[in-house]
Amino acid sequence: MQESVNKQLKCIACRLRMGIIDAVYSAKSGHPGGSLSIADLLTYLYFNELRVDPRNPKWEDRDRLVLSKGHCSPGLYSALALKGYFPVEDLKTFRKSDSYLQGHPDMKGVPGVDMSSGSLGQGISVACGMALSGKISNKDYRVYTILGDGESQEGQVWEAAMMAAHYKLDNLVAILDLNGLQIDGKITDVMSPLPLDEKFAAFGWNVIVIPAHDFDEYERAFNAAKECKGKPTIIIQKSTKGKGVSYMENNAAWHGAAPNAEQYEIAMKELSTALAELEA
Amino acid sequence: MADVIKKATRESYGEALAELADKYPELVVLDADLAAATKTGVFKKKCPERFFDCGIAEANMMGVASGLSLTGKIPFASTFAMFAAGRAYEIVRNTIGYPHLNVKIGATHAGISVGEDGATHQCNEDIALMRTIPGMTIINPADDIEAKAAVEAAIQHYGPVYLRFGRLATPIINDNPGYKFELGKGVTLRDGKDVTIIATGLLVAEALAAAETLAAEGIDARVINIHTIKPLDTELVIAAAKETGAIVTAEEHTVIGGLGAAVAEAVCEACPVPVVRLGVEDRFGKSGPAAALLKEFGLSAEGIIEKVKVALSKKA
Repeated sequence: MQESVNKQLKCIACRLRMGIIDAVYSAKSGHPGGSLSIADLLTYLYFNELRVDPRNPKWEDRDRLVLSKGHCSPGLYSALALKGYFPVEDLKTFRKSDSYLQGHPDMKGVPGVDMSSGSLGQGISVACGMALSGKISNKDYRVYTILGDGESQEGQVWEAAMMAAHYKLDNLVAILDLNGLQIDGKITDVMSPLPLDEKFAAFGWNVIVIPAHDFDEYERAFNAAKECKGKPTIIIQKSTKGKGVSYMENNAAWHGAAPNAEQYEIAMKELSTALAELEA
Repeated sequence: MADVIKKATRESYGEALAELADKYPELVVLDADLAAATKTGVFKKKCPERFFDCGIAEANMMGVASGLSLTGKIPFASTFAMFAAGRAYEIVRNTIGYPHLNVKIGATHAGISVGEDGATHQCNEDIALMRTIPGMTIINPADDIEAKAAVEAAIQHYGPVYLRFGRLATPIINDNPGYKFELGKGVTLRDGKDVTIIATGLLVAEALAAAETLAAEGIDARVINIHTIKPLDTELVIAAAKETGAIVTAEEHTVIGGLGAAVAEAVCEACPVPVVRLGVEDRFGKSGPAAALLKEFGLSAEGIIEKVKVALSKKA
């Protein structure tokens, strides 16, 4: 990847993280940890991968993204706002009773949201349906879905995994955010879904494991996914929950908690400092 | 009554899908390893490229149906009522109901007339479950003709629709040239002034038989067929309450939350009159031949007549 593009993406990711913090702080609730761990992924998808047009959110031939781990709506909303689907300042209305930015993504109210989600394990099935539809209609759009690692404890994920391989949905890419933490603690303590790479491989998927938060890695992985024919691809990104805000990193307590005023200032200062360094 | 033609509405479902395939090219069908029983196999034979078996994984099937609908297809997701409304309830609620997607759920083998398979497969709760989902349309056709018409009406209606079909062959009652299916509209099959029997599904034929017997006893019963349970034709129901002063509901479903409940809710708010519900009492089903079970559970003309007498005794 060109250095200038890489730098540009890093700047967007910083702003995306600031949007997450703004949204969760304004709402006094929400899910910052998992949103921050997919902030770079969402940046790459919306600014270097997805064939979408914010002026035409319902464009029939667009690529689709289903946020199967819907609680990371602050991340998705921030990405959509930066992409131009709606004003960035609206992020501050997140979860408020007069806002269209529902706690979990609502496709009826938010431009750019391809599917309502929030109840775990279901988005990947919907993505399978979209991909299957593309196959039978000879459409060349691609379908992306983002899963949590804890989410893979839901049985429906494996029903969908079986189906995607059975129908050879090579237009489908699932990205699993392996940050190792869920609400009650470490995934390996709560109910270990590991080894996820071997499980998906056994289900017939093309499996790519990458370190997260690295745009060159994303580029290689998503290009490899496009090259793979006859089977769906899963990109397992080994990420840091809370990435980018020092005190939130690798701390399960920040799965679903909002920062107080002091914590908010610290987070915004860290992110704006990082952004200033990038833009210097 | 040996000359009465009988057919199971699940047969009508499979045939209707196949018959409508050319007219509606976006129609696709999903099943969960029950194509031979739900009769979607008839569609599969005609359009194998538009039929997708999802295996025994109903939760995923409902999600896949959502994805298909979001890209312009009109999917019919088919399985037994127990698994469609029961097992997959939360997926139907969150990935079909909440985004109000154009998914049709073809639920067969509803009620105790499943017969020998017994309680685990006899879904008497599906109408109650589906009624609680905002925007869900629920159709429970009474016979072959109505079932086929309901399938096309579901295609023409944008939004989620739950279609309820039976395993047991039941009498065809709508074979008249003037028959017309209107979504959300109840059908007065017989006029009457003393009491109204509001029935759905296979109990509509029983309601007509009950009214015949009651007429011989001098009781003039109105018979209304409610094929669309949600949205309920409240205008027709309330008019019946006002004009006849007593109502009996009849359904092959628990008395909790189904047609009887819907009618009682409408009547008690607009025109309180006695409403007596016939259905499966608060209990599970059991194994046995369908006809014997219907008799044992009182889901018959005799059972309706009994409830009519109760209703009349309460009438002011």
